[in-house]
Amino acid sequence: MAKRIEVKDLDIYYDKFLAVQGVSMTIQPRSVTALIGPSGCGKSTFLRTLNRMHELVPNARVEGSVVMDDDDLYGPNVDPVNVRRQIGMVFQRANPFPTMSIYDNVAAGLKLNNKRLKKSDMDDLVERSLKSANLWEEVKDRLHKPGSGLSGGQQQRLCIARAIAVQPEVLLMDEPCSALDPISTQAIEDLMLELKANYTIVIVTHNMQQAARVSDTTGFFNLQGVGKPGELVEIDETTRIFSTPSQKATEDYISGRFG
Amino acid sequence: MSTSLTTPERDPDLHTPLGGVSLTAGQLPRGAAPGTLVAAAVAGLLLWLLAGWAVVPCALLAAASYVVIVYTWSRAVEGPRKATDRFVTALVSGAFLLALLPLVSVIVTVVSRGAARFDAEFFTNSMLGVTGEGGGIYHAMMGTLIITGLATLISVPIGMLTAIYLVEYGRGKLAKAITFFVDVMTGIPSIVAGLFAYALFVMMFGPGVRMGLAGAVALSVLMIPTVVRSTEEMLKLVPNELREASYALAVPKWRTILKVVLPTALAGIATGVTLAIARVIGETAPLLVTAGLTDGDNFDPTDGRMTTLSVFSYYEYQSPGLFAEASFDRAWGAALVLMIIVMLLNLVARVISKLFAPKTR
Repeated sequence: MAKRIEVKDLDIYYDKFLAVQGVSMTIQPRSVTALIGPSGCGKSTFLRTLNRMHELVPNARVEGSVVMDDDDLYGPNVDPVNVRRQIGMVFQRANPFPTMSIYDNVAAGLKLNNKRLKKSDMDDLVERSLKSANLWEEVKDRLHKPGSGLSGGQQQRLCIARAIAVQPEVLLMDEPCSALDPISTQAIEDLMLELKANYTIVIVTHNMQQAARVSDTTGFFNLQGVGKPGELVEIDETTRIFSTPSQKATEDYISGRFG
Repeated sequence: MSTSLTTPERDPDLHTPLGGVSLTAGQLPRGAAPGTLVAAAVAGLLLWLLAGWAVVPCALLAAASYVVIVYTWSRAVEGPRKATDRFVTALVSGAFLLALLPLVSVIVTVVSRGAARFDAEFFTNSMLGVTGEGGGIYHAMMGTLIITGLATLISVPIGMLTAIYLVEYGRGKLAKAITFFVDVMTGIPSIVAGLFAYALFVMMFGPGVRMGLAGAVALSVLMIPTVVRSTEEMLKLVPNELREASYALAVPKWRTILKVVLPTALAGIATGVTLAIARVIGETAPLLVTAGLTDGDNFDPTDGRMTTLSVFSYYEYQSPGLFAEASFDRAWGAALVLMIIVMLLNLVARVISKLFAPKTR
């Protein structure tokens, strides 16, 4: 488990509009990589290209290469469904399936794909996933109640449990805590630190303290100006980004002077 | 006016609050509006009963005087905003009552006249050999259920698949063209649908053909656009986040549609389908041309004439024969049964939407 991702000269388009330009970075396995930057600079767009969710938008496309270990994710015969099997995603807004129970939500990755497991194996998988997501103790007595009855923070952890139940190589998180209170945020941050022992995690966040707390590497995205494409300004060890960044723009953003 | 305000100077930069708005305002005494309503209604009643005016002008006069009195009174005491509120409230309630009037009138008429023939014979016998009193609508009831059932079987798959195509796959010109033609189909007069189905079956079986299946085809022409529209609206309501969540779990698109999108929208789709059935179950004209009329039981939709409730009702009224009263009773009885079926369908739609709706607890 856990793979390295090499991104090289990636340009991301919405139809003719160039949204993000020239991103090159290496995402290390078994670590947390945080992406920070102002709104609209293309962090989420970039994140979604890593598991080929970007192309779900009509006419969206990319140029450049994204290589996971030795496989080019945008190679000619690559099936996006297989890419997503290895690279899971957690979204900004918790989105449990409203028609399914908590149990079925966790098992959704298997059940929706008609993978049959023995009942005991499935129970075991659901329990392990919920335990990894620090949710087991809160929901073990109501596994067959609807997932939409949980609180916002619990729903987000349910979505994380759902994502890790299919055991991906990489976990992408798009501002997973932006709608949560500090306690739920704490729970999810703790979870990320536990999960990075086995997973490669990439997280987009607007919260710089969060990036400083959980990540090993931080990438700073910025816009050159209104209507211009976003770009990766610099990427480095988190401690260095937050103490001695090499770019002035990064320093301005980190210290609150920007624009 | 109690809110006597002098308009304060407006700051062009909007940097100072406007101020000067009093928090209290005058109010009509409690019971003023209902009291006026009762007074207006009593005045109208008196005009009708004592002065011998016709009903409609009396009611209109009462309503108009209520609106005028309450509006002027409220404007004087409470100010223009509340007066407008009372005025519009009166208009809206009036429109509601006006809309309710024909509905109540139809229900009362059908129930009072149709109740005459609510006996066991009516529900268990056909009209075979009946010329005078007696006879029943068993054949017509079964005909209605069979033909509408077949129409549902034809339209629901076609309509739902079309809607899925439009919402999940359709891009560009083809989707636009389909949407346009679905809209056009919504406006097809039902007799045209009947003639279309008749012409189609004449091509296959020769002139003069009558069969239940042809009726079902005619009804499905009317039903498909309704099913497409309602399913489309329901599918559009499914949040895109759920589709993305499913894709992110490496679920292919077709499974996402089948197992995430459709179940989420199922309650609404089921309601839409039931309402579409309720809409066509009372059709007369297309069935007159395609399925025709017969006195006896015929439960085979591929063989010969088949009676439905609405057509039966129409014929009993149109050619009553010697025992006119008995015929009229049967016509109203059939109409009442049809109305009850439609009502039951609406109840079923509600139960279905309750059962399938995503639960939160």
